[in-house]
Amino acid sequence: MTTKDAVIIGGGIVGVSLLYYLARNGMRNVLLIERNYLGSGATGRCGGGIRQQWSTEINIKLAMLGREIFANLSDELGHDIEWHSGGYLIPVYTEEFAQQARKNIELQRKLGLEVELLKPEEIKSIVPQFNPADVILATYCPTDGHANPFKTVFAYAKAAQALGTEIWEYCEVQSINRKGTCYEILTPHDTVATPILVNAAGGWANIIAKMIGIELPTTPYRHEILVTEPVEHFLDPLIISFDGDYYFRQEHNGGIVGGMGNPDEPPGINHRSSLHFLIEFSHKLAKAMPILRDVRIIRQWAGLYLMSPDSQHIMGDINGIDGYYQIVGFSGHGFMLGPISSKLLADYITDGKRSEFIDAFSYRRFEEGTIQKEVSVV
Amino acid sequence: MNDKPKDAKIICRCEDLTEDEIIKYIEQGYHTLEEIKRASRAGMGHCQGRTCQRLIAQIISKKLGIPLENIKPPTARPPVKPIPIKAILNLKRKDTTQD
Ligand SMILES: Cc1cc2nc3c(=O)[nH]c(=O)nc-3n(C[C@H](O)[C@H](O)[C@H](O)COP(=O)(O)OP(=O)(O)OC[C@H]3O[C@@H](n4cnc5c(N)ncnc54)[C@H](O)[C@@H]3O)c2cc1C
Ligand code: FES
Repeated sequence: MTTKDAVIIGGGIVGVSLLYYLARNGMRNVLLIERNYLGSGATGRCGGGIRQQWSTEINIKLAMLGREIFANLSDELGHDIEWHSGGYLIPVYTEEFAQQARKNIELQRKLGLEVELLKPEEIKSIVPQFNPADVILATYCPTDGHANPFKTVFAYAKAAQALGTEIWEYCEVQSINRKGTCYEILTPHDTVATPILVNAAGGWANIIAKMIGIELPTTPYRHEILVTEPVEHFLDPLIISFDGDYYFRQEHNGGIVGGMGNPDEPPGINHRSSLHFLIEFSHKLAKAMPILRDVRIIRQWAGLYLMSPDSQHIMGDINGIDGYYQIVGFSGHGFMLGPISSKLLADYITDGKRSEFIDAFSYRRFEEGTIQKEVSVV
Repeated sequence: MNDKPKDAKIICRCEDLTEDEIIKYIEQGYHTLEEIKRASRAGMGHCQGRTCQRLIAQIISKKLGIPLENIKPPTARPPVKPIPIKAILNLKRKDTTQD
């Protein structure tokens, strides 16, 4: 039997960053358990986009703090995470979304975010190769950006280990029992006893929650993505359209990586790639960026979104369940919001510090019915 | 442009990675083909690892003392051969199943 002060289940961006921030707050006898290798879940499969252009006040504020973390992260952790402040360009194709975009911009500016409203013909000053056909307007935030998810996970994990924490990879949590004031976690390596248990299991979080008798209101869905061969660097911003239903960006090595949602996707844990996605997304990419028609697609894959009912994550504790914390349901944006959320949760766990964010993203919002849906999602 | 030593042994031609660079990743703690692929991009190039994965498996085997047959190949991901986007546009849209 191993004894720890806290155990985190899940080695994605959320788990490893939480491990780091707990250690930085002085809690070092902490273990992270990952079933596969670090970043093998949604994190290592994601688009790596980091944006502040959200529709709710709380998400804008959180994302602005989150972006600040990424901008300084390579220095803080001593490992290059390929942060690139290339901005986010958001083309809008329908009147309904144009109205929403104008509202968003007003709120974002009020909160101190620098955003521009562009006419279709003004887009070429940002991305000359973009095809503005059918676009009503676009918004552009130059301080948004992207980073390399795998390298970010690695950087957090190394920094957390250097502070004395432990990570078990290739080790699946099989069951959890409550023994007095402790949780006993059964794994193939050993059984671990801990008074504090954190569920950071991404698309598998419902399964972990069930092990201690909790039904989460979250649902896993497959989300597909692909990458082209590398082409000479020409694209700075990540381009995403909520009503056009696509996003893409250029990676550090030159490949164009991008994806789209699928409204008909059935719920469940599924990592297969579909021909349907390859064809549909190729049409979107070819329309938005005609110069990419000759470029070759070299790889496609899939990962999980863990959707929550309001498309916002759930973090903190649950009334009546001592020592259990969760940080789950990031829907399609856990890479960008994971580190800042983990930092806030670490402050709550080690010092009992309640910020407005702990209250806003608490599980209680579903019990109290105070939910406000985030609409700026793909 | 290229700052690699002249006599360096290139392992992944598509992503331009030498044996020494692969060994450095192993020493940093990336121990499986999947991890090395994601960290270094070896195997993510045009040929999708057909040339380099076997060589990297041999390096891991030698460096960590793991028998070659115990080294798991990374997940194969479609498309197997790079396809130009304009060729995909000619495929039929309706009949594709959403598996
Ligand atoms: C295709 C795609 C594109 C995306 N693009 C973006 C983007 O551009 N920007 C953005 O911010 N977000 C994006 N996202 C969302 C983002 O990837 C996720 O929200 C985020 O990675 C979630 O991180 P996580 O640590 O919670 O989950 P994960 O990274 O999935 O980590 C959970 C880990 O728990 C482990 N685990 C599960 N069960 C067990 C068990 N029983 N025992 C031990 N370990 C276990 C899993 O193996 C996994 O590694 C995208 C997602 C996908 C799928
Ligand atoms: S040689 Fe490594 S991907 Fe082609």
